[in-house]
Amino acid sequence: MFLNTTGCLWILSFPWFGMDIGGTLVKLVYFEPKDITAEEEQEEVESLKSIRRYLTSNVAYGKTGVRDVHLELRELSMCGRTGTLHFIRFPTAAMHRFIQMGRDKNFSSLHTTLCATGGGAYKFESDFRTTADLELVKLDELDCLIHGLLYVDSVGFNGHPECYYFENPSDTQACVKQPCSLAHPFPMLLVNIGSGVSVLAVYSKDNYKRVTGTSLGGGTFLGLCCLLTGCETFEEALEMASKGDSTKVDKLVRDIYGGDYQRFGLQGSAVASSFGHMMSKERRDSISREDLARATLVTITNNIGSIARMCAVNEKIERVVFVGNFLRINTVSTKLLAYAMDFWSKGQLRALFLEHEGYFGAVGALLELLKASEDP
Amino acid sequence: MATYVEAVRGSHSMDKSITLPPDEIFRNLENAKRFAIDIGGSLTKLAYYSTVQHKVAKVRSFDHAAKQESDGEPLYEISVQEEITARLHFIKFENTYIETCLDFIKDHLVNTETKVIKATGGGAYKFKDLIEKKLKLKVDKEDEMSCLIKGCNFVLKNIPHEVFVYAKHGDSEFRFQNTHPDIFPYLLVNIGSGVSIVKVEAEDRFERIGGSSIGGGTFWGLGALLTKTKRFDELLQLASRGQHTSVDMLVKDIYGGAYGCLGLTGDLIASSFGKSATAEKEFSKEDMAKSLLHMISNDIGQLACLYARLHNLSRVYFGGFFIRGHPVTMHTITYSINYFTKGEVQALFLRHEGYLGAIGAFLKGAEEDNPNQYCWGENYAGSSGLLSVSPELNPMQRERSGTFLFDMLEMDRLERQLVNLPLLQDSSSYIPDTVDLTEDTLAREYWLCCFEEALDGVVKRAIASQKDQPEAAERAEKFRQKYRDKLQTLRHQPFAYGSLTVRSLLDTREHCLNEFNFPDPYSKIKQKENDLALKSYQRVLKTLEELSWEQRQIALVRGLLAGNVFDWGAKAVSDVLESDPEFGFEKAKQQLQERPWLVDTYNQWIERLKGPPHKCALFFVDNSGMDIILGVFPFVRELLSRGTEVVLASNSGPALNDVTNGELQILTERIAAMDPAIQASLSEDRLTLVQSGSSSPCLDLSRLDKVLATVVRERGTDLVVIEGMGRAIHTNYYAALSCESLKLAVIKNSWLADRLGGKIFSVVFKYEVPSIIQGHH
Repeated sequence: MFLNTTGCLWILSFPWFGMDIGGTLVKLVYFEPKDITAEEEQEEVESLKSIRRYLTSNVAYGKTGVRDVHLELRELSMCGRTGTLHFIRFPTAAMHRFIQMGRDKNFSSLHTTLCATGGGAYKFESDFRTTADLELVKLDELDCLIHGLLYVDSVGFNGHPECYYFENPSDTQACVKQPCSLAHPFPMLLVNIGSGVSVLAVYSKDNYKRVTGTSLGGGTFLGLCCLLTGCETFEEALEMASKGDSTKVDKLVRDIYGGDYQRFGLQGSAVASSFGHMMSKERRDSISREDLARATLVTITNNIGSIARMCAVNEKIERVVFVGNFLRINTVSTKLLAYAMDFWSKGQLRALFLEHEGYFGAVGALLELLKASEDP
Repeated sequence: MATYVEAVRGSHSMDKSITLPPDEIFRNLENAKRFAIDIGGSLTKLAYYSTVQHKVAKVRSFDHAAKQESDGEPLYEISVQEEITARLHFIKFENTYIETCLDFIKDHLVNTETKVIKATGGGAYKFKDLIEKKLKLKVDKEDEMSCLIKGCNFVLKNIPHEVFVYAKHGDSEFRFQNTHPDIFPYLLVNIGSGVSIVKVEAEDRFERIGGSSIGGGTFWGLGALLTKTKRFDELLQLASRGQHTSVDMLVKDIYGGAYGCLGLTGDLIASSFGKSATAEKEFSKEDMAKSLLHMISNDIGQLACLYARLHNLSRVYFGGFFIRGHPVTMHTITYSINYFTKGEVQALFLRHEGYLGAIGAFLKGAEEDNPNQYCWGENYAGSSGLLSVSPELNPMQRERSGTFLFDMLEMDRLERQLVNLPLLQDSSSYIPDTVDLTEDTLAREYWLCCFEEALDGVVKRAIASQKDQPEAAERAEKFRQKYRDKLQTLRHQPFAYGSLTVRSLLDTREHCLNEFNFPDPYSKIKQKENDLALKSYQRVLKTLEELSWEQRQIALVRGLLAGNVFDWGAKAVSDVLESDPEFGFEKAKQQLQERPWLVDTYNQWIERLKGPPHKCALFFVDNSGMDIILGVFPFVRELLSRGTEVVLASNSGPALNDVTNGELQILTERIAAMDPAIQASLSEDRLTLVQSGSSSPCLDLSRLDKVLATVVRERGTDLVVIEGMGRAIHTNYYAALSCESLKLAVIKNSWLADRLGGKIFSVVFKYEVPSIIQGHH
């Protein structure tokens, strides 16, 4: 055992994982050391090699596991080692297969610590123990989220900023994504959109509170889309939504008042009643699955925007950061959120987004693993 | 957002085959003026103003100077006069009947000079031409939200027990709230197809501070897509049978249990519809509808709480078609508000929520009649009360109304401004009624039976009071039918008119009697008894004057109590009085319980009397005859002799055999003629008669004549005496006053006596000194 230059104690054996087991998705980050010396390689046990090879040489695992190659952080220095941070996800429904694999690959023999956060860290704890002989270190979900987010922002995205916003959010033509820095992040309102939604007011790295939450989140979007359109995946649902027209499903202010409702300063184009047209049978018979998917997406997104905005006002915070896997490949929602924040606050609020959307909890879990090794 | 709902229930087809019982519904149309209409997605609400000619009993003193008094002459004359008062009518019916209704109105609209009809609601556009064609009135469209707010202010101000809290698992589902003297500011969350959140700060100052597109239309539209169920109420019924846990992802589905460190319980919904993406199985319609209902209710509740907190508002009313009397949605909204505010804010609902738009539109058109300058009272005889619209949850009501759902609200213009008694310790927490029969099932059953049994007697009395009118019997029969129906309704829906109380049962009876032109069934009895009692006045005074001070004080109190036995409102007594015409003052005294009484603070009262006199006593009197003349007057005379000014407050209108202000004027005059002490007090203005503003055998100290309140304040009243079962037991028994008070009554009902731990004719003598004053002594 020796001390390396950054002060990490060399007790930490590979592999380094951080895991966030959510309601719908499991997010896994894996640090692949690129600075392995020849001796190290020789000493490396076969099972460890096999894991590394399996993870880094594939982009898909089984039917449902995916490595988000475009998100990997290269030449990252962690705990004195340099390597690549890989971002992998698979459905929580496949958790049992993952645990099986852990047993099959003899993971427990590696004497590593498996740091996990998210609800599943609790739910699957005993399965890890009994099936794979693995002891999970359970970590607080919100701590991990905030620490992971601040860390990834600080190291940047392979030389580019992690954070971005939309310029001219109120103008669909001129609306463009702009990178920015989160150099002075506090206070921020952090809106984490997973299956459900949590809203946090963050004042510093370790000072935050959960303001509220809503059950209308990504799970609701996908769940309703599956029921309404028969689709099966998030990608499929988003693909349909991108082609649909929600105004055929939603009742707008102008559908009721013929134009703007001036008495209350409501624009004619504002949604008065989500799915409001669907009260009528004729209308129900004349819409497409795409329209329904789009309306579901718009409804859920606007609602999250509305709650976030109210919380920001109540908490007197101007910076609203949206994260979570609901925003993955979902520019409809990110742009809509940016617009909603800007429009309803008359420019007071700014919506910020991060490239690694849903992975911060897992990164936070990995950081805890590394931090544990620093403690004397 | 808007309450507008596109009619998808086939309301376009006009069904004319249904025969209306129209004169029962569109009452007083021949005197109607100023119409307003609020047409929603499925229901139409019509409002109009009418003048009602009804009979009132008046008493008039004979000209005694011109006429020699003889024993056979009654001391005053009773006459029945026609009086015209204003009434507001609100009728709610399904849009299907709109054409039939308009035809009926057109045929019966005789005297109106009205040229326009105020209209609001989304359907107003659609039916504009039809209305203009049928009624030959110009449709004048009013802004929906302003109407809603105007209507809301009106009911909050004028209808006691308008507001309620819903508690599904409570002893009573509906907990009614007292009228708050200051109704502003409040938040109105109107859940139509979308949601509008409006902050109301004053009569004409309100602002839409927010809203949401996820509302009733979302429930209906999305629900129809998911379950292939078309109708809104069917969707609600589906939801009430479903289990959301198979569709929603709960915290325990993610964590395996509760998430303690965030205070999230395992049963909390983490993701609405979260299970429907992964599960292979089909979901039942019921479960999906339930999940959808929770999703929408929770979302609305959360937004309402965020807005309430931001604007620092604690009174949040919910309305709109999503709520409208549906127990299912009232429950989920209540649950949500409770969850998000940790119990700090209660979800409030309104009994006449469905009428707000129509009331508001009407008020806008009636500004020249200044409806807002007057006080209005709900007419229990003409109003159908709160009905549940979910047929499944209320089969009884559905059965009675058939499929023909008409609902009515009538409000009478009161002759005076009603205000709080300035001596209430806390007017906002004051509740007049001692027992809430909506909560107390045993008491409810007893009193409903009791009133039903007493009905024969009341009918008989009503006929006897109008012997000269041959059709009186027929009218009395109609009265019987109406009141019995009301009792029947209350048996099944105790909450129909707000809190059910002995007072409301009595008041409903008075309203029904008035409805059938029996303004004062007891007028002749009162006359006779007053006459009889006057003859004994001087003898009673003489007996009292022979007593020592101590003896006289107890004799005065016993006299007061004995007088209070003469109460035609108590069945036990009316039976005695009917069968034994000789039953007199002395016999009544013998009936009284010996001391110690059931509640007995007489000793403290006597001690107090040994101290300095009160400055001014306000005395709420009860019955005519022995009570007022031989009980109250001698007692009052003693107070006057101590140097205390006395204000006698009596009913403005008749109720049972209670002495009315008109009668009391004459009686006082006659007593003054016999008794120089009273004469002197009158002329020195130390004895004053005022009217209470009430026509009830009970007493609501928060709705009293403004003049009375002024007199009370000006005279520096420091003692309030409340006499009788109706005023001191059924109501005000627990009323806390800011000055000394004396509540006394004889319990003339064995069931009530038993409840209070005594026997019939037990005496309550409750002298109270508020703790603040006690400190000074």
